[in-house]
Amino acid sequence: MNRVVALRAGPAVAEPMVEVRGLSKVYPGGVEALSDITLNFPKGKLTTLLGPSGCGKTTLLKIVAGLIPASAGEVSVGGRKVTGPGPERAFVFQDFALLPWATVLRNVAFGLELRGTGRWEREATARRHIEEVGLKGFEDAYPHQLSGGMRQRVGLARALAVDAEVLLMDEPFSAVDEQTRRKFQEDLLALVAGKGKTFLFVTHSIEEAVYVSNRIVLLSRRPSRVSEIIEPDIPRDLPPDRIRRHSAYIDTVEEIWQGLKRYLE
Amino acid sequence: MAAAPWALRAASFVVVFAAWEYAGRLPVNPAFPPFSDTLVAAGEMVADLSLVAALGVTLWPLAVGVALSSLAGVAAGVAMGLSRRAEWLFVPVFIVLQAAPLAALIPILVLAYGVGLLSKVMTVCIMAMPVIVLNSFKAIRHAPSSLIEMGHSFLGSRRQIIAKVILPAASPVIFAGLRLGLAAGFIGAILAELLISPTGIGDLITYHQSVADYPKMYAAIATVIVLSVLFIGLLDRAEIALFRPERRSAR
Repeated sequence: MNRVVALRAGPAVAEPMVEVRGLSKVYPGGVEALSDITLNFPKGKLTTLLGPSGCGKTTLLKIVAGLIPASAGEVSVGGRKVTGPGPERAFVFQDFALLPWATVLRNVAFGLELRGTGRWEREATARRHIEEVGLKGFEDAYPHQLSGGMRQRVGLARALAVDAEVLLMDEPFSAVDEQTRRKFQEDLLALVAGKGKTFLFVTHSIEEAVYVSNRIVLLSRRPSRVSEIIEPDIPRDLPPDRIRRHSAYIDTVEEIWQGLKRYLE
Repeated sequence: MAAAPWALRAASFVVVFAAWEYAGRLPVNPAFPPFSDTLVAAGEMVADLSLVAALGVTLWPLAVGVALSSLAGVAAGVAMGLSRRAEWLFVPVFIVLQAAPLAALIPILVLAYGVGLLSKVMTVCIMAMPVIVLNSFKAIRHAPSSLIEMGHSFLGSRRQIIAKVILPAASPVIFAGLRLGLAAGFIGAILAELLISPTGIGDLITYHQSVADYPKMYAAIATVIVLSVLFIGLLDRAEIALFRPERRSAR
């Protein structure tokens, strides 16, 4: 059976890497996106924010990224309060956000370029990560020459290249086709297992959340609160096809669906 | 497939020239010479150097005016795109300028600056500047917000984001403005020579019209058009070479 952690700050499963305390966000014009959210994101794990569309998942992620300010409450990463973007966090964008005039190599190295890393060093790092995401041979291609899935691999390599401890992923696979998405999800599991990085992942797909997550935070409809935290009890060392047929996987998907259904009426 | 666009382009010229030749031979108007006569006239004017000398005179105010308008116009437009304050201050001025029949302002320029080079440069500037400024402004304002957000998230400073994200993203629309500005500058240069004092190409047009040597008059007009198209093509290449390498490989 899944462990359903108590509402609000649950017991510390692992050392928290990202802490969110009493976070609220009211957009100018009075739209209340988030209401008093308190959450921990354990180190070295992948935590998914899941909820009905328009519930403020992306808003929460962008506040953690330091891209938009919170109206109340605070976020700290590795014990330090967030006041803006920082070197310990890297963002993977839903629409990839690649520079169309730059090659794959320059796009992947762009985070390092902005930090003032020398050309030789940043390109060597970028080449390593391009190979890691499976795009070796495409270093000199431009984004418009790549498929959607390949573009998001570039976005992922760019985030990996700056060697941040926390990776913030905003629906990274929603703009790629189904087959590519499945491959991505499998690769993501390997990445989480191998890197020891902390992942914050936003998705609206229940199956995707259950498949990739160590921890799933269910958010309610706007103004969002944490409605439930689920830790799927699925052995992660199984091959992909076994995971998708595992009873814990199937049960968790169903359980979350039953939980989210009430927000749709 | 690679040769087809060139063949089509050549065909497009052939069609236009054939229509011109046909209309000239009908003739639709005694003052409208066929293409072949115009071409011969142009050859004569190149041979006796009158066309070359006239171009030398006309290109001066044009070059100075377009260079000034490009530098000042892009700078002003970019500033307006980056700062709300500059936007409120300058946008209304340029929108009014763009809407105004600028040729009507030329007499005022002559009163203020006389009939020399300065008035002609000013004419080129008032024709070219508004479209360059407004395009640059819109280009900066419409730079994709997701790319700017990406720049922030990877710790870019404001200067880095402007130089490495906003300006390259804006360059196609800025260059579209420069192309339109250059074309407007040509109109300004010829207007100045027809309305302020007859020099250069404007003089050739006026003179050959007055002695009813229509092939030479049309040769002078056609030369301006050819030159304008040539310069605009060069600007296109400059843009791709400087800012948009991905379009080089796409060709």
